[in-house]
Amino acid sequence: MSTIAVPEPMAAYRENFERQAEGPDWLDALRREGFERFESLGFPTTKNEDWHFTSVAAIAEQTFHPAMVSSPDVTSEGSTAGMVAPADLERFNFGELGWHTFVFVNGEFSEDLSSFAGLPKDVRVTSLATAIRSGIGRPERHLGKIAAYDSHAFTALNTAFIRDGAFVELQANVVVEQPIHLVFVSEGSGEAIAHPRNLIVAAPNSRATVIESYVSVRDSCYFTNAVTEISLGEGARLDHYKLQRESAKSFHVGTVQVRQARASQLHSFSFAVGGSLARTNIYTSLDGDGATCTLNGLYLTDGTQHIDNQTSIEHIAPNCPSHEVYKGVLDGRSHGVFNGKVYVHPEAQKTDGKQSNNNLLLSPSARVDTKPQLEIFADDVKCTHGATVGRLDELAMFYLRSRGIGPETARMLLTYAFAADVLEMIELEPLKKALEEMVLSRFAAA
Amino acid sequence: MSSGIEALVNREYAYGFVTDVETDTVPPGLNEDIIRLISAKKNEPAFMLEWRLKAYRRWLTMKEPHWGNVKYPPIDYDSLVYYSAPKSVRPLQSLDEVDPELLRTYDKLGISLTEQKFLSGVAVDAIFDSVSVGTTMKEELSKHGIIFCSFGEAVQNHPELVEKYLGTVVPHSDNFYAALNAAVFSDGSFAYVPKGVKCPMELSTYFRINSRNTGQFERTLIIADEGASVSYLEGCTAPKRDENQLHAAVVELIALDNATVKYSTVQNWYSGDAEGKGGIYNFVTKRGKAAGVNSKISWTQVETGSAITWKYPSVILQGDNSVGEFYSVAVVNRKQQADTGTKMIHIGKNTRSTIVSKGISAGEGNNSYRGLVRVLPKAEGARNYTQCDSMLIGNKCGAHTFPYIEVQNNTATLEHEASTSKIGEDQIFYCKQRGVSAEHAVSMIVSGFCREVFKELPMEFAVEAQQLLGITLEGSVG
Repeated sequence: MSTIAVPEPMAAYRENFERQAEGPDWLDALRREGFERFESLGFPTTKNEDWHFTSVAAIAEQTFHPAMVSSPDVTSEGSTAGMVAPADLERFNFGELGWHTFVFVNGEFSEDLSSFAGLPKDVRVTSLATAIRSGIGRPERHLGKIAAYDSHAFTALNTAFIRDGAFVELQANVVVEQPIHLVFVSEGSGEAIAHPRNLIVAAPNSRATVIESYVSVRDSCYFTNAVTEISLGEGARLDHYKLQRESAKSFHVGTVQVRQARASQLHSFSFAVGGSLARTNIYTSLDGDGATCTLNGLYLTDGTQHIDNQTSIEHIAPNCPSHEVYKGVLDGRSHGVFNGKVYVHPEAQKTDGKQSNNNLLLSPSARVDTKPQLEIFADDVKCTHGATVGRLDELAMFYLRSRGIGPETARMLLTYAFAADVLEMIELEPLKKALEEMVLSRFAAA
Repeated sequence: MSSGIEALVNREYAYGFVTDVETDTVPPGLNEDIIRLISAKKNEPAFMLEWRLKAYRRWLTMKEPHWGNVKYPPIDYDSLVYYSAPKSVRPLQSLDEVDPELLRTYDKLGISLTEQKFLSGVAVDAIFDSVSVGTTMKEELSKHGIIFCSFGEAVQNHPELVEKYLGTVVPHSDNFYAALNAAVFSDGSFAYVPKGVKCPMELSTYFRINSRNTGQFERTLIIADEGASVSYLEGCTAPKRDENQLHAAVVELIALDNATVKYSTVQNWYSGDAEGKGGIYNFVTKRGKAAGVNSKISWTQVETGSAITWKYPSVILQGDNSVGEFYSVAVVNRKQQADTGTKMIHIGKNTRSTIVSKGISAGEGNNSYRGLVRVLPKAEGARNYTQCDSMLIGNKCGAHTFPYIEVQNNTATLEHEASTSKIGEDQIFYCKQRGVSAEHAVSMIVSGFCREVFKELPMEFAVEAQQLLGITLEGSVG
């Protein structure tokens, strides 16, 4: 009887799209472009080369509601802040009270939960919603210009629903000592979807550390579809940490897309432990001579989790080094995926690219698919990649046991040592310590 | 680039001549009648015709694959001639009856059937267009019980073996080109090495495409029975023609318990002219099944020719402790494109595979390594080592690596390494300083780069491969 051609979840997206509050003309136009792209792309299938090992059917077949957020005319009683108490967040901020912390609940900025008193004045962090409303910092100069919504369905979907997120502007030559911590917390009413959209614009020679934490206060099923756009000016340096610690039942797709000008530096670290189906995309484009990037990551999976990491490094300008180390520890019946692309354009001579991906399979039913990929069109380059998959080294186990260390402890030590390799590359000491402890206790418990 | 180097780069394809031999050709196009005609011409038993028709019907439902990293204009399958045979070839009782024009062709190619028969101790099966024109050393081989003949003869004389093994490694429905091949293949080589026999000489096939507008669809089937071992060589050339020619072959290897099959290819089809006009489309399905325990299948390939090479010699490691190997050198120059690599499917316990791939890109060539290593849940203790290195000469060419590693068993150990580099100026400087010319230095460095693969080739081919590499490449560095 029904003649609806569009599947139900798609119809729901359209309904929600049309229902959202109007913004300035430029934003409405951008959202519409995003939505049209999303509708024509549809959710990717495993036939799409970029999603070969990851089926998003579980996301595509479910109808999500826009996450509950406050509206301007509702009193604080109905505001999102009421759903999350400051105490709920303590375990996510690593006990670091000096950090400039900005909290977003269901994708919406919560001033009550945030603390950023000591922020230097050459740095402006605003909620994107405020910036859109007031025009501060003119986010339209960058929004949608960096993240490729024309070819990535989830980025297009996020673009269609741009609403709020963090807008970080660093003025030239500013050095921000304390990290800026953006905490995206899902309050976790079921089947909610949030589309946090962040924009980081670093003027020449500025320097800062930005941490994005994706967390949840309740163990429920929701979907976070985040996009962060980053523009690094000449000589700017950004240390970017993405900590994906969503609830075990949730879905997470997060894209970080960067453009790097001459001599800029990106140090990215991606930590992924949460979600039932999670995907992190870190894409950077080395546009200017001598720009460098380091992309590191660690993913730990268990149960029936599926965690996918995709990175892409576009070498457009010459003399750019790029380094990448991703490690995975897979337990239970979980499935880990790594796909690293290094693309060297014809003009990008003297490129020095190194990429490696190591996977440790702890259980017989764990599974990993890895695809390190090089595409090279310049001749004067040095590019290498390596990938390994294996289990714990029996000789090393034997060595430890011959010294009186029990099998569980030996297993824990070796697993930790495997993961700690990449954690050691974290330059932010308190975070390194916190993650090391978190990983250690995880393996000790297992 | 100096003019001397230019001259070397632009060296003519030496095997581009056309032989004027009367041919027996079917009308262009493909339908069930053509297939019946081919089958009838070859006097095939009913099971063959049925298998061909099954493949054809399946092919009609399939779409031409386009996932490869290669670009070419659409192929008009209806304008191709699916069967072309030198007229004087049949009935053929002995080599003496072979058309002298044909024998001269093989002489020009350096494959003198008669000479080889007496001197080199290599048994050669020569395929001209689609039909086998002569097999040497048959008597010597039959003393050991080894069957080595054209596919057509095998169908006539050993139908039980053909029926038992045909399509067991590459089914008729495997892929677009394999289905097409299954429907129309006209000939190829067949080898069967019985239980416990070590084949005393190298078996060899030389393929030649001669006629215009002809697709060459040959099919090779090699079976090593329990405890047997065989080494097989394949070489290919084609005349220079302006239009592209399609070569869609299928090779199936089967190694039973404790058997070893080693398959080496030196592929030097015509690669097209400097503008990329003409040349062979080499779309080939090659697969081996290491079916038995302790069996081993080893592929070695040197790919220097063809406008487009698109092939993945693969191994299904089914038997416990079976071994798969893939050694490859792929060179592209001018506008050549190569998308090649391998698949190692680990099914049995303690299966091991080794992949060594060397890609060299020069001119405006594009070279892709595409490989899959899959460890299935029951492949306890599987082991893979992959190394793929690329070398770029000039900045109009491209090198690509697409390795897929899929592991579903935690006792597996896999290592994949890849690197891309260019010939270092300091290396060339070092050689020149010692009186070695730049061209020679490059050829030395490239030979060194490919050494791990060349050492896997049988002696005769190693020499040829080195020379081919020289022709394709030497001097493309200035």
